Amino acid sequence: MMRHRRLDLRHGRVDLSHGAGGRASAHLVDDIFLPAFDNPALARGDDQGAFDPPPGRLVLSTDSYVVSPLFFPGGDIGSLAVHGTINDIAMSGARPLHLAAAYIIEEGFPFADLARIAHSMGQAAKDAAVTIITGDTKVVERGKGDGLFITTTGVGVLAPGLDLSASHARPGDAVILSGNIGDHGIAIMSTRQNLGFATDLKSDSAALHTLVATMVRTAGPSLHVMRDPTRGGLASSLNEIAQTSKVGFRLDEKAIRVRPEVAAACELLGLDPLYVANEGKLVAIVAPEAADALISAMKAHPLGREANRIGFVTEDTEHFVQVATSFGGNRMVDWLAGEQLPRIC
Amino acid sequence: MSALKHIDEYRDGALARGLAATIAREAVPGRRYHFMEFCGGHTHAIARYGIEDLLPSNVVMVHGPGCPVCVLPIGRIDDAIRLATRPEFILCTYADLMRVPASRGTSLLTARAAGADIRMITSTLDAIAIAEAEPRREVVFFAIGFETTTPPTAIAIQQARDKCLSNFSVFCNHVLTPAAIRAILGGGELVRVDGFIGPSHVSTITGTAPYTALVEDFGKPIVIAGFEPLDVIQAILMLVRQVNDGAARVENQYARLVTPEGNRIAQRVMAEVLTLRSSFEWRGLGDLPDSALRLRDEYADLDAERRFEIETIPAADNPACECGVILRGIKQPADCKLFGTVCMPATPIGSCMVSPEGACAAHWSYGRFRTVARQPTA
Amino acid sequence: MCLAIPILVEAVLPHQMAWVTLGGVSKIVSVALIEEVRVGDYLLIHVGYALARLDPEEAAETIRLMHEAAIPGLAA
Repeated sequence: MMRHRRLDLRHGRVDLSHGAGGRASAHLVDDIFLPAFDNPALARGDDQGAFDPPPGRLVLSTDSYVVSPLFFPGGDIGSLAVHGTINDIAMSGARPLHLAAAYIIEEGFPFADLARIAHSMGQAAKDAAVTIITGDTKVVERGKGDGLFITTTGVGVLAPGLDLSASHARPGDAVILSGNIGDHGIAIMSTRQNLGFATDLKSDSAALHTLVATMVRTAGPSLHVMRDPTRGGLASSLNEIAQTSKVGFRLDEKAIRVRPEVAAACELLGLDPLYVANEGKLVAIVAPEAADALISAMKAHPLGREANRIGFVTEDTEHFVQVATSFGGNRMVDWLAGEQLPRIC
Repeated sequence: MSALKHIDEYRDGALARGLAATIAREAVPGRRYHFMEFCGGHTHAIARYGIEDLLPSNVVMVHGPGCPVCVLPIGRIDDAIRLATRPEFILCTYADLMRVPASRGTSLLTARAAGADIRMITSTLDAIAIAEAEPRREVVFFAIGFETTTPPTAIAIQQARDKCLSNFSVFCNHVLTPAAIRAILGGGELVRVDGFIGPSHVSTITGTAPYTALVEDFGKPIVIAGFEPLDVIQAILMLVRQVNDGAARVENQYARLVTPEGNRIAQRVMAEVLTLRSSFEWRGLGDLPDSALRLRDEYADLDAERRFEIETIPAADNPACECGVILRGIKQPADCKLFGTVCMPATPIGSCMVSPEGACAAHWSYGRFRTVARQPTA
Repeated sequence: MCLAIPILVEAVLPHQMAWVTLGGVSKIVSVALIEEVRVGDYLLIHVGYALARLDPEEAAETIRLMHEAAIPGLAA
């Protein structure tokens, strides 16, 4: 670390010099990111991070995070960026190893907020036993970026014999959900003034890879598909899988758990919880004979306590996702074109 | 799911099946019962809970036009887009309108993408707050809805007057329920309706009195029903019983929230601020007399139509679009050639597909997997 | 139609407003259209305004009538 006058983390702001690749950029890394991510690879000060890959097939995933507001109940854009990409890796059954993190920062962004977000990322990575070994920062002019955008890319390793894919769902497979749905989306919406509601609900943002590790150990090749239903909610994930695997789904509405706050907020806004985002849940499609053992194993894990079988895969040339309502009638869960908007009608 | 008081009790599946069994027992075999649910919200509830799956095959629901988004003419959305694209204007709208297709492939959503300042709000209170916060901008509230949604608009107009807001106005498209029911019943087409499920929340404002004239004039029963699935099923049973008795009365199934006189304060506020238009175009139903409201002359300065000299240019629907007859219950969504081919929620051609409670959208979203052929309505 | 649901009044606020809650979610709404709002009332809320007060006796009667009319014991 170079000696320099420390950045004023309390009052200072990012300016265009911090993205120019010169001394100011280095100061930003030294004073904000290095302390937060503290690991030997990063401390070498290179533009890349090297690692020895463990045996097995490698998995790579990337995702960009543009959430607004940056700080929300239960997390922030930083922890979300770590959890989200870890989860993308984990949905293949792979064990996540390392992350790269790229930041696009708007001129004028407070150091205090950046430090807070960096700290949050570092903590999330540490808790997940994943290291952020390389990164990049750019600064754009005021007005050209919504405060901060983060892109994280992750690499993981797959145990042999595992081949999960959205195309592998088979008629008769069981559909298992790890917990209640809609927490993240509603927590975010509660921060939006124009939606006019308040709640103590927190985002469920969490790293799912240790839950996945338990599931892989228990069910192994019986696991056909795993997906974390983020934007678009459970309904969108299942519709995608239905199209890719060319199957249908039959779900049981009573089995899908929704917190009272999520149910209430959805009633107020005219939203369907099936389409509301989650950041700490997964849906697994597994051979039917492996379902019970899998659910037991999931329930033994803190992130799977509410794991539940919610339905099964069907033969269906139309690839419909259907739900048996509590009335005994059926309804469809359609694949939305855009996002769900609140309604008054 | 969780326990929401005064909501969950009316979603009890076992009770629903029990009531449906009673309907099946009391519906006379060989006799067909066609009931129209006027309200889009009832259309949505029927589709969402698969209520038609529970009814005997000789009790058929016909979907009505009670969806204010669906009956808003394209020309009025064009007007709103024109206002929104004017510099310094802010258009406030309920989110329901964002995706409604207007002329030439536009919508409020595309207009916003092109730079218009369009703000989604969930209450007129927000529109007033925006006008107060942005005194140098011209704030227009795009008002739609039946009698339920009208009192909040009237209050906003009064608030704007009380606060002496000079930068606030309302583009008023509020419409009235009894006129639409009258148009359907007196329409002269071959729509067969033996009774109506009357609107839930409109009735909390109007009371049950306005329906008496309709029942007297046309001799068909009207049962005001709550919005939850058990309310709808109970109302269908009440209609079956009236039809069997040869009766035609107004009954109130939603007595926990609807009173005979309605909300007097709301009625007074509306009367102070708004007045009847002689005629107003309803998409799919044509021009209906005494069916819509505008601001009173004393409030002309808050009336966007007068303030900005809006002259609506009527825009025609796609000639192949069957929304007009679907809104009147004469045809069903699957009867329209455009349904599911060109016209889908992602690419709606007509109004019935745009709003989630339009007959076509509801059928697409919730019911199109039904392979059982529907019975014809005529 | 008009999306509206009955919500519990937890506090009456100045300027004809009220604090209402449903299942752990709270809102501040206008009660300008309702006379004499009391804590404990259930109000029908639509676009941020209370439109009507729920009558719990009528509600109980409605449920009672439903049970009376339903053919019991159908757990299809």
